[in-house]
Amino acid sequence: MIRLQGVRYTYPVSSAPALAGIDLDIAEGSFCAVIGPNGAGKSTLCYTIGGFVPHYFRGDLEGEIVVAGRNTIEHPLGELVKHCGLLFSNPLNQISGARFTVREEIGFGLENLGVPRVEMHARIERVLDLLGIDDLAERSPFGLSGGQQQRVALASILVMGPQVLLLDEPTAQLDPLGSREVFAAIRALSQTGMTVVLVEHKPELIAAFADRVIVIDAGRVVLDGVPQTILASSELQRIGVATARWTEAARLADAHGLWSRRDPLPVTLDQAAEGFRVAQNTPS
Amino acid sequence: MIPIAFRNVSYSYPGGVVALRDVSLAIAAGETVALIGQNGAGKTTLARHLNGLLQPASGTVTVGDWNTNSRTVAQLAGRVGYVFQHPDQQIFKRKVRDEVAFGPRNLGFSPARVAELVESSLSATELTAYADHHPHDLLPSQRKYVALASVLAMQTPVLVLDEPTAGQDARGVRLMERILGRLQAEGRTLVIISHDMDFSVDHCRRFVVLDEGHILLDGPPEQVFARPELLTKAAVEPPQLARLASRLDLPLVWDAQTFVEQLKAQR
Repeated sequence: MIRLQGVRYTYPVSSAPALAGIDLDIAEGSFCAVIGPNGAGKSTLCYTIGGFVPHYFRGDLEGEIVVAGRNTIEHPLGELVKHCGLLFSNPLNQISGARFTVREEIGFGLENLGVPRVEMHARIERVLDLLGIDDLAERSPFGLSGGQQQRVALASILVMGPQVLLLDEPTAQLDPLGSREVFAAIRALSQTGMTVVLVEHKPELIAAFADRVIVIDAGRVVLDGVPQTILASSELQRIGVATARWTEAARLADAHGLWSRRDPLPVTLDQAAEGFRVAQNTPS
Repeated sequence: MIPIAFRNVSYSYPGGVVALRDVSLAIAAGETVALIGQNGAGKTTLARHLNGLLQPASGTVTVGDWNTNSRTVAQLAGRVGYVFQHPDQQIFKRKVRDEVAFGPRNLGFSPARVAELVESSLSATELTAYADHHPHDLLPSQRKYVALASVLAMQTPVLVLDEPTAGQDARGVRLMERILGRLQAEGRTLVIISHDMDFSVDHCRRFVVLDEGHILLDGPPEQVFARPELLTKAAVEPPQLARLASRLDLPLVWDAQTFVEQLKAQR
């Protein structure tokens, strides 16, 4: 669904490349988390997959990017955004402000495309339900909390029915419950075949919901694999990426002979609880 | 060093959404308090009463010996520094250096003192090399530090940090920890609004849980995180290792070191 080959990109005012040679294949229906230190190129990768590089951000782009069967350099942004939605971390950058209620805000994009009224309402209902924001439908988007606004912004993208969803720290300002709901909704979408690329810093939620983790550092892919392997990697600390505290606790316990060495290090709470229970019951 | 206090504070937004219901909270001079609770619980609304951005519909808010309703926002800015969740709400100059100088200059510090404060704040936030950059050429995570530097430069006895670790990587979180440590050592009164329980529990000895505009829990983390039923109601998730410890019937802990020591002691 997403293919990047030999992608190098440098922003107009910058001398150092933001992406320094990226090759990636992301399959349809994949829920792919992108992690890495700030400034590594995570957001730029999203902008590049979405076509904002090079159509909105100019600069020097090399290589080939194909998303949903379209070469992003050859197709105009207006065409690309129909198939690939991008959600930012600050919902206020996304909410149009041109409409009075959440329901109207979510329908704004569909209205602009001239989608028939009956279909529009059905699609709005579906995303309101999917994100658990039915009760906000008649409220003003600006009278909502940050977490609620983020779900409205996500709804306004999902309602367009993109094949690819790019999310740049979508839960940075959500509470744990709201974050979990957004991750669960995203996974449900990926299970229906939507391809998801998500930039986030939260190892606990990535471990619980994503099916692939790509680690970016200095514009390159440095690790790529299933969450179980990548989020337990001792490399992450060196790169400057946080791991879950239970992963750290297990690593430390392992160094003290208090962890069963046959187990991989835990990345989820369930794995940690199970692993430490085994360790507790193993005579030293 | 000055204390702050909310006495029976209620507040409703225009349009009728009740954000605070009869909140009373006293924070001692030099104390660090984590204000937690789900989105919409009233955390930011409460904090915005401290610098006069909001005035209570009923009740009083005092910052030291000042009642906020008899002071201007400009006066309160000299006592309460507020680092917003979104740095772009408070950044408007074209150079990082000018942004940071804006606050202390307005507070009437001498040019030499302003220059000194700008340098020390930029250094504390590791932005010295970016002093002449446009804030919007920096990463969002760095802009958060620009906002923090501009507040640090004002030398306020009270600081409110709204989601200080959101969007920060491991290095950014460690930097925030160092800055916080210094502010605590200097005796500043700190209010930290955060969903990052692992960060908060490392630095705060008092947690105030807000739920639907009132205080649900108030106490040290050992007490607050031992109340799972109330925390569930407030949609607060205890720190990661506290959750693991409770699954294993171990006493509540927050850091890997203590956790492993407990395991050893159990053997």
